Amino acid sequence: MTLSRRALLGAAACSSLLARRLFSATPAKLRIGLLLPYSGTYAALGHNITDAMKLAASEHGGKLGGREVEWVAVDDESDPAKAPANVNKLIAGEKVDILTGPVHSGVAMAMMQIVRQENVLTVVTNAGAQAVTGTLCAPHVFRTSFSNWQTSYPCADVMLKDGRKKAVLMFWNYSFGQESMAAFKEGYAKGGGTIVKEIAVPFPTTEFQANLSEIASLKPDAVFVFFAGAGAAKFVKDYADAGLRDRVALYGSGFLTEGVLAAQGAAAEGIKTTLHYADALDNPANRKFREAFKKATNREADVYAVAGYDTVNVLAQALEKVKGDTGAHSELIAALESARIDSPRGRFRFSKTHNPIQDVYLRQVRGGREAVVGVAMKDAEDPGAGCKMGK
Amino acid sequence: MSLSLFVLQVVNGLEYGLLLFLVASGLTLVFGVLGVLNFAHGSFYMLGAYLAWWLSERTGSLLVAILVAIPAMVVIGLAVERLAIARLYARDHLSQVLLTYGLVLLFNELQRALWGNDVHGVSTPRALAWTMHLGETQTWPAWRAFTALACVGIGVAMRQIVLKTRFGMRVRAGASNAEMVEALGIDVRRLFAILFSAGTALAGLAGMLAAPLTTVYPGMGESVLILSFVVVVIGGIGSIKGAFFGALLVGLADTFGKVLLPGFASAIVYAVMAAVLLWRPRGLLGPAFEGR
Repeated sequence: MTLSRRALLGAAACSSLLARRLFSATPAKLRIGLLLPYSGTYAALGHNITDAMKLAASEHGGKLGGREVEWVAVDDESDPAKAPANVNKLIAGEKVDILTGPVHSGVAMAMMQIVRQENVLTVVTNAGAQAVTGTLCAPHVFRTSFSNWQTSYPCADVMLKDGRKKAVLMFWNYSFGQESMAAFKEGYAKGGGTIVKEIAVPFPTTEFQANLSEIASLKPDAVFVFFAGAGAAKFVKDYADAGLRDRVALYGSGFLTEGVLAAQGAAAEGIKTTLHYADALDNPANRKFREAFKKATNREADVYAVAGYDTVNVLAQALEKVKGDTGAHSELIAALESARIDSPRGRFRFSKTHNPIQDVYLRQVRGGREAVVGVAMKDAEDPGAGCKMGK
Repeated sequence: MSLSLFVLQVVNGLEYGLLLFLVASGLTLVFGVLGVLNFAHGSFYMLGAYLAWWLSERTGSLLVAILVAIPAMVVIGLAVERLAIARLYARDHLSQVLLTYGLVLLFNELQRALWGNDVHGVSTPRALAWTMHLGETQTWPAWRAFTALACVGIGVAMRQIVLKTRFGMRVRAGASNAEMVEALGIDVRRLFAILFSAGTALAGLAGMLAAPLTTVYPGMGESVLILSFVVVVIGGIGSIKGAFFGALLVGLADTFGKVLLPGFASAIVYAVMAAVLLWRPRGLLGPAFEGR
């Protein structure tokens, strides 16, 4: 059988028309960009956020606002120097509809500089730098995680209520540590506490012995610290080894014990920390989430995964309202601003500067586990200093 | 600063310095005799720490873990020397830096693949899990004291071996003129292989002893590597005695820097290095001759 060229062309034209028809019936895919670390120190955090986002999307049937989700992931390597190129790749190159990430605050700062010039809806999934919802805030930028202020300010009140009015501060001397300490000092001074000494340790030094001897000689009522990851694990062990644990109570933002509790072992016993989440939180959303995450990934969920999970859930809520039309910019932003999220961490909503207004919990290490003692601060709202929007 | 606090800080500084010495001694040995600039030295430290953790989890005893891990480190040292380092004795330092830096990346990835990125704690053997009182408010874990004594012991043993044994004589001869030693009928390649694996084992042992104190985590080798180079340069390249005093000096400078000049703490050690080099360009006990 021979086929004339005309017939062939006609068939091709028909099928392409048909194809276009078919495609226009289903809306274009929703492209969500992920700017997260998949290598280096923070790789585990990046993977947990990503997997929790995918879990949330699958719970919505793989569709947000009626549009099928397509993920575009870029490894940001936690490198602020590479951030501008990576952000441009996602926005201009991949033409994502929504940008999410990062973990590292330095990357977030670089991202904010670009995103502020672009019209892409952006959701920050971890980085706690004050500027994201402070001096660099923007109408189309939201944060589902926390601000550094929220992790430390409530702890001042906790310490004062425990009757500890003379404190030594010790922290890694980079932006996270500095912002943590500034927030703590604000709260501690307000409540009448005195800071005996501030010990800034260069990041990422983990040799603490000299400073521990100093603390022992100063004999304060309590020590408030900011360390995270391996540094936190070592500090807590050194603190106990130096015999200080039983003499001078140790407090910190939740990152002091988050993810390193097993490595710290008995040395962490009794430490009180404040954070907007705890693995042991007893509410239906958290139980359901932790079980589903474990089933999907065979790993335990953590505070980072929660932010990823909530990011997709809040987007689902808002996109539903605008029927998946990411072009309806102001309607989408308004929908996010009025969203109420029933999160594993408890219910939260966005503040005027687009940071979560959320409960901050008081946790204590008891029997090698993080127990939730109570709420350190109800509806903690970041002051959003320096943000010119919505005020 | 009260006298008791001062004494306490001296003890802290010496203890930190002794551990640095153990890492740096292997580095100075390899650099001084083999002439190899070994960036992977920090990776061996990390590897030792990870082996100590992994094996003590399995055997339930850190001492058993150390006894198993030391021969393992010797074998790793021999393998790395034979497969990689041995090809570079005749090359310049740049090639060595490139190769050993490549090894650093390789070992980091290996660690990630084998053991993941989590931070792990290592518990001290029960016999040494007690603490002693230092001053009125502070205590000192016995393991810290044990580690410090072990470092002194190993330092003394190395000195005896290098100065008093036939093997040590060959090492010293190899350091000053390897070609002449070879011409006299001594197998220099074998000598170098033994020395390199000894250096590897020393770095590994330092990691094993430090593991209960520092916890075990990715990238732990890199910070130690830089300080070890500082120690080696201050002490004089190739001098074990120099590394000993250099390490104590760095330990004390770091400790007192943190207390007295906290804003300047991370720079103190390098300032000390600069000062020593201005005073003695070859380090405290560096070779007096123009050598390799």
